[in-house]
Amino acid sequence: MEESQSLGQFMVQQSGKLFSQTLTHISLTLLSMVFAIAIAVPLGIWIARRRRFSGPVLGFAGILQTIPSIALLGIMIPFLGIGPKPAILALFLYALLPVIRNTYTGITGVDPVVVDAAKGMGMSNWQILIKVELPLAFPVLMAGIRTATVINVGVATLAAYIAAGGLGEFIFGGIALNNSNMILAGAIPAALLAVMLDFLLSRVQQLSLKRVRMVYLILPFLFVLLCSFYFLPSKIGGRMLAGFTPEFMGRQDGYIGLKEVYKLKIETVVISDAVKYKAAYEGKLDVIDGYSTDGRLKAFDLVTLKDDQHIFPPYYAAPVVRQAVLKKYPELEMVLNKLSGLLNDEEMTRLNYDVDKLKQSPEKVASDFLSAHHLLQPALPGGKGIIRIGSKVFGEQYILAQMYKMLIRGYSHLDVETKTGLGGTQICFDALKNDQIDLYPEYTGTGLLVILHPSPSVLNGIPKDKDAVFNYVKKEFNHQFNLTWLKPIGFNNSYALMMRRKQAANLNIKSITDLVHHLNEN
Amino acid sequence: MIKVENLSKKFDGKLAVDQISFEVGVGETMVLLGTSGCGKTTTLRMINRLIEPDGGSVYIDQENVGGQQPELLRRRIGYVLQNHGLFPHYTVLENMSVVPKLLEWDKEKIRNRSMELLDKLKLDSTLGKQYPSALSGGQQQRVGLARALMADPPILLMDEPFGALDNITRADIRREFTELDELAKKTIILVTHDIQEAFEMGDKICLMDKGKVMQYGTPEELLFKPQSAFVASFLKEHKLLLELKFLKMGGHTAWELLEQLELGKLKEILFTLEG
Ligand SMILES: Nc1ncnc2c1ncn2[C@@H]1O[C@H](COP(=O)(O)OP(=O)(O)OP(=O)(O)O)[C@@H](O)[C@H]1O
Ligand SMILES: [Mg+2]
Repeated sequence: MEESQSLGQFMVQQSGKLFSQTLTHISLTLLSMVFAIAIAVPLGIWIARRRRFSGPVLGFAGILQTIPSIALLGIMIPFLGIGPKPAILALFLYALLPVIRNTYTGITGVDPVVVDAAKGMGMSNWQILIKVELPLAFPVLMAGIRTATVINVGVATLAAYIAAGGLGEFIFGGIALNNSNMILAGAIPAALLAVMLDFLLSRVQQLSLKRVRMVYLILPFLFVLLCSFYFLPSKIGGRMLAGFTPEFMGRQDGYIGLKEVYKLKIETVVISDAVKYKAAYEGKLDVIDGYSTDGRLKAFDLVTLKDDQHIFPPYYAAPVVRQAVLKKYPELEMVLNKLSGLLNDEEMTRLNYDVDKLKQSPEKVASDFLSAHHLLQPALPGGKGIIRIGSKVFGEQYILAQMYKMLIRGYSHLDVETKTGLGGTQICFDALKNDQIDLYPEYTGTGLLVILHPSPSVLNGIPKDKDAVFNYVKKEFNHQFNLTWLKPIGFNNSYALMMRRKQAANLNIKSITDLVHHLNEN
Repeated sequence: MIKVENLSKKFDGKLAVDQISFEVGVGETMVLLGTSGCGKTTTLRMINRLIEPDGGSVYIDQENVGGQQPELLRRRIGYVLQNHGLFPHYTVLENMSVVPKLLEWDKEKIRNRSMELLDKLKLDSTLGKQYPSALSGGQQQRVGLARALMADPPILLMDEPFGALDNITRADIRREFTELDELAKKTIILVTHDIQEAFEMGDKICLMDKGKVMQYGTPEELLFKPQSAFVASFLKEHKLLLELKFLKMGGHTAWELLEQLELGKLKEILFTLEG
């Protein structure tokens, strides 16, 4: 739908948001740099004076930099919550190493004869530092600041993961929604920002420090500090707060639908899938989006709210199989259908929990489940042919792939090859279409919206109930791609809004309509 | 005026300077002479406390420098470094203004004094705005000296001020320096390993070896009354030339007479050619 729109049009249409995101992005970057410089430069000077501490200090700053950004942000949520604070702290930590190291290199690189001369002239240690060492180390020091700034413009996109805003909102939203205009609308300004800051700092680098009064160096610092606080996302008040992924924010069957159909009015922040459950658990968020069979639902004691007005299309899982294979091995259909109707939402959530949280292997979880349902048979002798099973990269798909493997081995003379971890929907689907795999578990909603994506008028004509959607995708897949949807497995891994079990119970909120009422009353 | 008593310094347990003593009177030039690594620089730097001695003391005008604040002490002592040590990020004029600024002179005074010294040291005033890297070795050395002289300190410490120059430039600049009125009344300690230089510039010479004083006295004393075989052999190569310069004959040194002799001969030749 957005394909027809040019990047320019998109940027004009979204200019307000783009502008505020850019400002937030700049603020996050500069603010973290101001703090980093304030700490790292004195620290660099200090280790240049006491060389024996240089190893430990640089080593520690180096370790900080190797922590994956998402992990670092996740660690901070219990202490700092979500929003700009942990984002700035993370950016600050990443900027430390280049600035400390270059300050240290710059100072220790000053010709000792020159320092000696300064001492011999009768300069005090402080005067030597200010008048001789820092000016001479300045180009090297600035190079470190430039490096750190450019890195931080990039890392600051991740701030969107923890509700700190910035251009990452567009970038990750665009990636999630497969909308290249949106990606570029975030990525291009971010790249320009990096280039521009680098250029500006290169001009500063060429300044001769001895000509610049200290005041003129400190003033912009203070200026940035004040401005940045102004542009950062404002402090979130005592009302309920929702955290949605960039993808959910941009989807018709997501936040947009919530606003249109339910008239939901709630303060929202953009946050990543990786941290939102934890943030909700910690009470930093009250409402999040998620998948109804996600194991983390159980792990973090959350409940889903009933979608009583049916805006989330059903996402019933079913195996999608190449017709040619079904024709060649007619027994396959019966074998795969053994699973159908066996797994409800709760059951699937529990299995996902076992894998995601309890770290059991998908094989074990699959075989335990099958044996509990008396479906686990010792493998029959194979040799009749090979069935290639694909899966996307997450626990639920691994479990399903394992179950199908065990069923096929137990009930047919076919061999199985699993090709798990095929990235996202598009990769799995292409593999299936191009005869790289024979089947993979897919969801009706995904088949409808991601693969078929019918025009809005057709889409509106399809009732949002389970059977209508299933029948539609079954018909179209058959027709367009020669692929067959077998019977649904039973659970519906659709979008859902979720809340902490306790809070939902206290407020007596069971459905999205309840939530809307509650919000309107307060 | 400067008195050094039993000064010692150890580096890593090894004595670099071993119980050195000497005295330098007001307006005298004293040369610390010796081979590389014998402790000359270390001795010099203990005088302005760039190095703290392990034993002994230094007195300037009967006052122990050990009790003075090092920064204040150093601002009163001119210091010319072995490798000029000019600040690469400062222009010539800025380099020269360092000590006066520390002493809080006003701008006008600094400017006048800079111009005066540039002129005396035969440095073109347009060089004032240049950075040290744009100067020749000889010019850098002059600026180094100018910087040390700016505040007109009564004492000047010079560590191989001509060390980095080629032999000819070196002799020229040395001659200019000896003729400078600025230097005439100063108490100077000059470090060199060049025997010629020592005898040309020193009122007194302190010959050092392996951290110890081998002989301390006037050039004539070292030349004609060497106290040890070491001193004699140290000076052996230059002995003839130096003796010619220091041997007095009716108010003239032998060297001067020789020079005159040569001149006369030259005149004779010129006359015969014209005739
Ligand atoms: N900071 C230091 N640490 C360790 N050893 C030192 C230090 N400074 C000087 N030395 C040692 O002390 C001895 C005397 O050094 P010094 O620099 O005084 O010699 P010098 O007579 O000035 O030699 P040169 O003519 O080469 O300048 C040398 O053996 C040198 O290696
Ligand atoms: Mg030396």
